[in-house]
Amino acid sequence: MKWKTDDNGWNPYVAGAMAGILAIASVLATTKILGRTNYLGASTTFVRAAALLQRPVARERVAAGEYYTETKIRVDWQFMVVVGIFLGALLSSLTDGSLRAEAVPPTWSRRFGPGVGKRAIGAILGGIVAMVGARMADGCPSGHGLSGMMQLSVSGFVALAFFFGTGIVVARLVYGGRNHE
Amino acid sequence: MNEQILGLLTGVAFGFLLQKGRVLRFDKQVAAMRLKDMTILKFMLAAILVGTVGLHLLAHFDVMAFKHKPMNLGAVGLGGILFGAGWAVMGFCPGTSVGALGEGRWHAVFAIVGMLVGAAVYAELYPFFKRTVLAWKDFGPIGLPETLSLSAWLVIALFWAICLALFAWFEKKRL
Repeated sequence: MKWKTDDNGWNPYVAGAMAGILAIASVLATTKILGRTNYLGASTTFVRAAALLQRPVARERVAAGEYYTETKIRVDWQFMVVVGIFLGALLSSLTDGSLRAEAVPPTWSRRFGPGVGKRAIGAILGGIVAMVGARMADGCPSGHGLSGMMQLSVSGFVALAFFFGTGIVVARLVYGGRNHE
Repeated sequence: MNEQILGLLTGVAFGFLLQKGRVLRFDKQVAAMRLKDMTILKFMLAAILVGTVGLHLLAHFDVMAFKHKPMNLGAVGLGGILFGAGWAVMGFCPGTSVGALGEGRWHAVFAIVGMLVGAAVYAELYPFFKRTVLAWKDFGPIGLPETLSLSAWLVIALFWAICLALFAWFEKKRL
């Protein structure tokens, strides 16, 4: 087992285990410091951000929305975790030279060409469907996958099976099988 | 320390590790779904294996209580299918999209825009989903050990054994 990957990253088992320690520390810190236990997650923040962006143009609609009311629109702990993920990735990639301006990911480019337009349409449509699904399921690979499975929640295991199972089928249809480059 | 600062520090550490593990990349996410490169699954399962032991120790000593998300069949089933389909095309999940932007992969902006629109769409459709999909069958917030009538530590031991076997297979197949 190598400590560094070919692309100069950390061994994924080691980085993952450290993320596990971080998750434990985070549960402990929120419990002790904030007086309530918060688990890592990300998708609820997109609901809050969407509401905050809609507010200037549709204040009443946002205020009357049942889902927005239940979600409590504010810049909370998880919102700042998501902001932090951006900054942490920036910090890490700046210091190890892996920061790259990328317009279209290589796998996508091989299948659909280097055009940014097609990538934008795919990502936006995929993003809409994925977020509707994540909110319906009440979690994403962070909330259901990491936090749910760590707690041995039944919903975490079932959600991850559906996420990955469907992902495998759709990825095969969209990008071809594993032997298809 | 206030809530926002604690969240920010936690996020910076999380984003740093996600980037070091190289799991933020579109290509890594799609490669896992194409069963070509299991980097993201290695990262995720390693985090879960370590985290589950720590969290169960904290719960055992009553430091905190678990917060299971409800096992709502329609929600997790249909929501999981929609998420998986969108994830494959988009190539990011919510957390990794912002991290990918942080490491310069600026096309992640499109995924983020799509997910913000998706969140607004869900908010609009929520009253309808509440009457339909979300109302089908809810088993509530349940944990695997109670459901299987097994001790949590036994379930954790089995989970470790299965994941270690999976890791050995990943390494053997160079995935």
